[in-house]
Amino acid sequence: MTARTVSTETPQNKGTIMTPLRLIGVGAYLLGVFVLVPAFIALTGRWDFYYTLTSVALLSVGAAGVWLTFYIGRINIGQGAYALVGGYVSAILVMKAGVSFWATLPLAGIACAAVSVVIGLPILRLRGVYFAMVTLVLTEVARLTALALPVTNGAKGITSIPLPGELSILGLTIVPDFASLANPKLAFYLLAAVLMVLTYFVLWRIVNSRLGHLCRSLQQNEELAASIGVNTAMLRVLAYSISSFFGGIAGAMFVAISQSIYPSSFVVTDSVNFMLYCFLGGLGYVFGPMLGTFLLYFGWDLLSVAKQYQLLIYSGAMIALMLVLPNGVLSLLDRKETRK
Amino acid sequence: MTAPILQIKGVTKRYGGLTANSDISFDVAPQEILSVIGPNGAGKSTLFKQIAGFVTPTTGEVIYKGSRISGLPPHKVARLGVVRTFQETTIFRSMTVRENIIVAHHLRSRASLLGFFLGSAAARADEADFARSADDIIDFLGLQPIRNEMASNLPQGHLRALGMAIGLATNPEVILLDEPFAGMNHDETMRMVNLVRRLRDERGLTVLLVEHDMPAVMKISDRIVCINFGEKIAEGTPLEIQSNPRVIEAYLGSEDAAIGM
Repeated sequence: MTARTVSTETPQNKGTIMTPLRLIGVGAYLLGVFVLVPAFIALTGRWDFYYTLTSVALLSVGAAGVWLTFYIGRINIGQGAYALVGGYVSAILVMKAGVSFWATLPLAGIACAAVSVVIGLPILRLRGVYFAMVTLVLTEVARLTALALPVTNGAKGITSIPLPGELSILGLTIVPDFASLANPKLAFYLLAAVLMVLTYFVLWRIVNSRLGHLCRSLQQNEELAASIGVNTAMLRVLAYSISSFFGGIAGAMFVAISQSIYPSSFVVTDSVNFMLYCFLGGLGYVFGPMLGTFLLYFGWDLLSVAKQYQLLIYSGAMIALMLVLPNGVLSLLDRKETRK
Repeated sequence: MTAPILQIKGVTKRYGGLTANSDISFDVAPQEILSVIGPNGAGKSTLFKQIAGFVTPTTGEVIYKGSRISGLPPHKVARLGVVRTFQETTIFRSMTVRENIIVAHHLRSRASLLGFFLGSAAARADEADFARSADDIIDFLGLQPIRNEMASNLPQGHLRALGMAIGLATNPEVILLDEPFAGMNHDETMRMVNLVRRLRDERGLTVLLVEHDMPAVMKISDRIVCINFGEKIAEGTPLEIQSNPRVIEAYLGSEDAAIGM
């Protein structure tokens, strides 16, 4: 509730101004992700953390997309479908057309965006639980399609996908051939972290630009948004396609890491998880899904010490969190502010 | 009468077997304040929705400045300059008053969404324009004390003014007000009557309103169109309407028969 004192700045600026505190926060975050984590792992020798953290980074890219659909007021439980589509697009392009992985990464995102426009045009007219139910089915549709199509090689999936090759521009090597690296895990982690940072930067810019304000207007009242001249149908599809783009990128990366993809690589549970990450982190905060992914993914792993009670404790904690903090973990920050 | 800015031509709306509007026609002159009255369920709201593009007429058409706007989606109708306001619940609840008004300036933006995303010069100029214009509107409607309040915390009277502010932000030529006096006491109504007059006098708007409050309607309107059971039964100045036997008949026996005579 700081708005009461400031009056001359536009709300657009409020989010984009780089206060010293914010700069320090962003700096600390980047330092942690790119320096401290690798240093910690090198010191402790816990190389398995790379796999976990890479997954967290990539899942949070997908969750960023889901969050954006929440931002236009739609509950999206279908991100798994786009992760699967993105994964297959990348795998097929690499294996059948011999395209470089680096080119397939954006292509997977673009393909998903294109698919989501076709799917989104009819289904985005639905609201609330109806939209949620249709998206819930999407993941299953994607899985069955992958099973049925010849190009996806059915249930056998696509395997032995080569590691990403060299990325060079004008003869200058930007990323070396992953197969030649002594430690491809670190390389994948850094790549995933870069993608995560880029994704959240884009998301933050969207939310704090006019596009985000229009998305909010859509979330709060679609009729009124239309009456002030917002092309609501177009904006909905635009937000949904950006969302799916993120899903596709995440899927393509997972495929590159596991070097394989099957129709069951992304299932309904994954779609539900993407949504839960957003809920847990906070739907009102751009960085909510990133924190949510981190907490949930690690929380699940940590709870493995509880053996057969793992799921019970996990779901109990989720329910408790939603009751106590319905606006997500990040809403704790706001609470402190209002108390002051 | 000068050339009409808005023409309603034989507008009919049927929902299955139910006829909400039947062959309604009237013209609206530029800078006129015209009220549409009628008992509950007479089809006033349906008529408004058809003018603003939220509902497409079954037959008939709405002509704005010589071209047809019926059948266009609401955002296109708004772009042409015909904008409706809603009853008080229709606002952006979790934005402040000022944010509500700024976001409603969407129609005036010259920069593209990509430009806004990248923070281009045109986008920044737009932002500055919107902020200035929003402050103008805030001053015009006397909303300064609540400019940074969350819209969801506002009392009814302010919400109505905010709805009007949102409508004004789109820079319309014709504004459709949906029951601007509903639920107001006498003083509030008089203030709103003055405000509506100022919309026309100071901002040059053409005002169309749907209203139940007969004393206010009689006071404010240049002309009145009365509909009942979906049909236009009378059209004229407040004086003509007050003495029209069909209007009196329509109102007699309805819950409150007073039509301000």
